[in-house]
Parts: sequence; structure tokens; C-alpha cells
Amino acid sequence: MTTRAAPRRLNARLARDLDDAFPTLVEEFADGLYSGVRRLAPGRADAEDLVQETFLRAYRALGSYGPERIRSLKLSPWLWTIALNLCRSAARRRARRVTEVALEAASGTATSPDDTAADAVTASMEAVWRRRLDALSTAQRTAVVLRHVVDLPYADIAEVTGRPVGTTKADVHRGIEQLRRLMADEHTDQE
Amino acid sequence: MTNNDVITALNELATSAPDALIDRTLAATGHIDHYAILDGPAGSWAVAFNDHGVSGVVPAGSDDAGALEARTGRRAVHGALPTRLARSLERALRTGRLGALPIDTRSMSAFQVQVLEKAAEIPPGELRSYGWVAREIDRPEASRAVGTALARNPIPVLLPCHRVSRSDGSIGNYAFGSDMKRALLEAEGLDATRHLDEVQRGVRYLGTDTTNVYCLPTCRHARRITAHHRQEFRTIQAAESAGKRPCQACRPAVAA
Repeated sequence: MTTRAAPRRLNARLARDLDDAFPTLVEEFADGLYSGVRRLAPGRADAEDLVQETFLRAYRALGSYGPERIRSLKLSPWLWTIALNLCRSAARRRARRVTEVALEAASGTATSPDDTAADAVTASMEAVWRRRLDALSTAQRTAVVLRHVVDLPYADIAEVTGRPVGTTKADVHRGIEQLRRLMADEHTDQE
Repeated sequence: MTNNDVITALNELATSAPDALIDRTLAATGHIDHYAILDGPAGSWAVAFNDHGVSGVVPAGSDDAGALEARTGRRAVHGALPTRLARSLERALRTGRLGALPIDTRSMSAFQVQVLEKAAEIPPGELRSYGWVAREIDRPEASRAVGTALARNPIPVLLPCHRVSRSDGSIGNYAFGSDMKRALLEAEGLDATRHLDEVQRGVRYLGTDTTNVYCLPTCRHARRITAHHRQEFRTIQAAESAGKRPCQACRPAVAA
């Protein structure tokens, strides 16, 4: 995870020369955004598209902001606000599509997320984690992923999700509890 | 299984973004270029491009991205060529003329743009000197700067710095070696053997006894002169005292 000082310097660079500094922004935040979006989106390819679109929107927005606004921007929660909006609208589109597909054809012809490139073990771990995280409410899942996969502070998560810090902490705690139960059950199933 | 075990497992889900994702993103915002491999004169070429047009050209090889970055100062990743650009690019490589091909000049100084635009006016298979370019752009004292601007041409072949020679007409240096420069000129129809023979013999201008015009030796009008009518000159003074005036097409009087 990046230190506090580095992003501030990055703000100044972005305000001074957006095109010179933008590649650094991408390098700096790509890992965090990708790690998190991958656990909130249904597949690798969707995650890559969503992260790319997040940066594109960020670039266009920064181009329209004045230097003062760019300097005072909290880059990490700002980027995550864009990313989560995109994740939500992608989920809505997907839900609509699934409904349409379900109405047209009764049985399982819907395309599955493409993890064909991943080897079998990785693919099965992907599926395991997707099943676990799917069991959580959207609020819990988002909070858990942002807190413990992406390593965002609670204050940032609260800002990004628009929920109070206390509620966010509770979301994370309940999410972890539920994951623990699920993982314990998997353990028992194996024995 | 404790809550801490769950948290540790979640921490381990943090991963690196694929390089391809970062490259695609920066290509989409125009911060790095795409490139494609195309057949052209004297071999295949790696051609870099972005929304502003073509941004770089190097001979295709084992490390096209590295070679393009060295030449243009911009990163490039392999990518699909948009249809419209593909058409004008294919045409430019085939004809040796830019036509409607868009060029990304953002990395160039105004002077370099002027020099390279002038070079692009030189017809395929013909040669002009550094001094000629300098005088044509009204900077007669700037031959050396012209040489530097041409040497740093990020878009060789398409912006034909290979058509600019030393003032004696010898082929001179080239970013990809003088053999490549000669091969490009020959692919455009220059008879290099004959030309270099003239250079060796000190011939700088050609005229004909049927007209009162003199040309640079590679000018298309000079190439049409039959051996029988051909007159060779070593200096402008010699041509002019023979009653000749400079050709309107190659404008030899401005040659250094």
C-alpha cells in the first residue's frame, strides 16, 4: 500500500501537468483497484474492463477540474467512488441481461465468467471465493473487500459507500463473522 | 478458524494488476501508443500511432516496443490498426507520399516540423541536400540544425529523411544504417549505382542541349535526359555560364 506522503505529491504533480503525472496515478492505484474490483465483479475480464473504465473516467474528470480541486482531492476514495458506481451499474446491466436470458431460454445457456486462462487450482479458488462473497449482503461484501483486500481505512470506505463509519465497521465485522462460519462449514463438509 | 484467519485469507487476495490492463488503459487515454507491423519499402516496419496520428516508425525486429520507445520517447504496445488509418498508411508506404496520413507532431519542435514537412515534399527516389532543405525553409545558415532535426526524425520512411543527402550527393548517414537508406531509395526507383558514380566524378548538376534548364542529378526531369543530350556540370556557375537556368521542380540554385 502507498504511504500518505506519496499521493499528496502526486496530487501536486497532477495539478501541475495532468498528462505527465497520469501514468503514475495508474501505476500507483491499478493494483488496489484491480484487487478489489475483481472481488466485486463476476470475472477477471469484467474486472479489467471496469478498472480501465474507472481510470478513463478519472482522466476525463481531472481534465475538467481546476488545479485547486485536484490538489485537494483524496485520490484513493475518489477513484473508489468512480469504481463502485461502475460496478453497481454493471451489476444492474447484468441482472437485466440474466432476466432476459432466463425468460428466453429456461436452462443454463448463459455464458459464464471467463477464467479459461487461469489454471485449475486458481480457477477453483476463484469460484470458492466468489461463492463465499456472494453469500454476503452487497454492503457487507463491499465493506469487507475494501477494508481487507484493498486495505482502505474505515473513514475512506464510509466516504465511498456513503454510510456512517460506525455502520461500516459493523458491516465489516458481520461480513467477517459470516465468512468465518462459511469457511468453517466448508471445513466440516470436507471431513 | 478465527476472524483473524479470515482476515489473513482476505489480505492474500490482494494481487497485481495485469501489465496488459495498465497498457490498455494508458493507450486509451493517449499516454502510450499502439503499434502494428506493416510491409513497406525495404522490409517490414513497426508503426506506432495514437489518436493524433502516426507517432513513430522503426524497422520491425525482435524488440519493437523498445526500439520505438528509443526513437520516439513514448511507450507503445502492440494493438489493432483502425481501418481508416490502415488505409492511408498502406497507401503512404506504397506510394512514398504522405497523402492524407495524419501525423502526431506533438513531440517535435516547430523547426523540426518545418524541416520534416519540407523533406516530405521531396519526390520518392530523389535526393536533396541538407543545405537545400535549409535554404528552402528560409534558414540558409541552419544546415547543421537541419541535419540534427532529420537525424531525430521519430517517423522515418513516412517522413522521408532518407531523401536528404550530403551536399556532394553522397547518401550519408541514416538512423538505421546507410545500407538501409540506400535500399529505401532504390525501392523508390533511384539508380544508386549510377548516382554514386556521378557523385564520384564530381557531377552536381545535369542539363540537356535541347533545353536551357539544369537540374539536380536525381530530379525526375534530369532522369529523362538521354545520354546523347546529357550535359554534366560541377558547379552552378558552370551551368549558368553555359546559358542554363535552374529547373522549377528541383530548384537547384538553392542547393548548397
